[in-house]
Amino acid sequence: MAHYDFNMPVAEAQVRQLKVNDTVTLNGTLFGIRDATQIHMFDRGRKTRFDMNGHAVIHTAPNAKWVGETKSAPSGYEPICIGTTTSARMERFTRPLMSEYGVRIIIGKGGLSEGSAAAFSDIGGVYLAIVGGAAALETTWIEQIEEVDLDDLNPESLWKFRVKGFGPLLVSMDAHGGSLYTEVNQAARGRRAAALASLGVKT
Amino acid sequence: MVGSGRRSIEHEDEQVKVDLKQIEEACKELYIRALKVLPPDIKQGFARLDKTETDATGRAILGTMIKNIMVAEATDNLLCQDTGIPIYNVTIGAGVELDGYQLKQAIIKGCERATREYPLRSSVVHPVTRKNEHTSCGRSVPVIHIDFVPDADTLTIEMIPKGSGSENNSFLKMAVPADGIDAIKTFVVDCVLDAGGKTCPPTIVGVGVGGTADLCVHLSKVAATRPLGSKCDDPEGAKLEIDLSKAVNQLGVGPQGLGGDSTSFAVHIETAATHITMNPVAVNMQCHSARRARATFTPQGLTYGF
Ligand code: SF4
Repeated sequence: MAHYDFNMPVAEAQVRQLKVNDTVTLNGTLFGIRDATQIHMFDRGRKTRFDMNGHAVIHTAPNAKWVGETKSAPSGYEPICIGTTTSARMERFTRPLMSEYGVRIIIGKGGLSEGSAAAFSDIGGVYLAIVGGAAALETTWIEQIEEVDLDDLNPESLWKFRVKGFGPLLVSMDAHGGSLYTEVNQAARGRRAAALASLGVKT
Repeated sequence: MVGSGRRSIEHEDEQVKVDLKQIEEACKELYIRALKVLPPDIKQGFARLDKTETDATGRAILGTMIKNIMVAEATDNLLCQDTGIPIYNVTIGAGVELDGYQLKQAIIKGCERATREYPLRSSVVHPVTRKNEHTSCGRSVPVIHIDFVPDADTLTIEMIPKGSGSENNSFLKMAVPADGIDAIKTFVVDCVLDAGGKTCPPTIVGVGVGGTADLCVHLSKVAATRPLGSKCDDPEGAKLEIDLSKAVNQLGVGPQGLGGDSTSFAVHIETAATHITMNPVAVNMQCHSARRARATFTPQGLTYGF
């Protein structure tokens, strides 16, 4: 269990060295992405002007306030409350995010499945767990909303955040096929029979 | 509870009249309050789990959640980014006189104003076009439930922002009588396993038992949003609550589904009579951000609480 501080973007070797149960803190650029963003990018042929090569994306749709473009709010948006959402809904977008845009890190809650695990080992990527429902705290790690693209999808726009000390986040899926979710899920299913027996259920 | 001073309900003959403008204001205020401060029973629930959790990852995650509750209060910010689907539960006392249609309009207006004026992220879209009106409102949303109670002078409005992570894990099974109570118990355990980390555990697992299909699902939501420490008032339901709470916490799903003892704060049950040929069971979960806020209108004024 090691801890890493990453200044974004990162190289393939940096994510390949990560193992399940390591922790990572991010600094610099982080992109915010959600269901509608990816439906439009991968099903409806839209493109973003952002360079996401070697970067991290967080599954999110923030509470942001339009204040007009200023020096401290160059995108026109000030962050109010920014956290994460359930990643599983966006499972099928992991591979194209990595192969078409060069994304290396996906951040979210609840984990992803086999398809994403395979993409992580084929291309070199990881999933970092952030605590869902802890957005008040996580907002304090965000310095600024630097830019926004595909903003007709607001709040599911493509957000470019500048972050400082974003973490520690837990490596819960790595590039070597490791997944804490699979481990925990298999262990929990292994306890199903005992739980049902304790309820007097005949199986 | 904090009083707001101004009288909100006027006595006129035997009837009690409510000021609709103040209801609108309260419905705005309730949405914002609910998103910022967790009820004391939920905070106590966290303190209890924090003492008993034995898994290192589980302990760290609970610690982050507890810290988040403090940061939200200290920075006057929302607990979670998900502003949820807004639900307003209204109870009307026997002596309260109001125009039901106007009441619904006031609730919708308050919900819309909270979203625009704070501003909150509107999490509500049309189900087919996916268009977001940026008001947290749409067809039949906010969800409004109205019930009647015997306390003559009182009107209460409970506001619940229901997060999608937990709501997406809602399940109904129309079991048959031959499946018996075992079907109910097995279904609850399997729903907790299937939901895994997606519901942001530790959860409150709400279970509806009996009724029609729609009533059964409704009861599961009532159960999931009941205060921790409350008991099902049907003794058969209360017994099931104790047994199922123990059983689901043996599974080891843990906080955020990353392993640990704290899978659920509790399992809550609500029951209703059902048909001789039916045995329905529904599960609806509430996440650890188990948010709710309440406004109580009496002739003495308006108070806010949980
Ligand atoms: S499930 Fe609850 S705590 Fe988790 S992100 Fe959704 S609303 Fe927030």
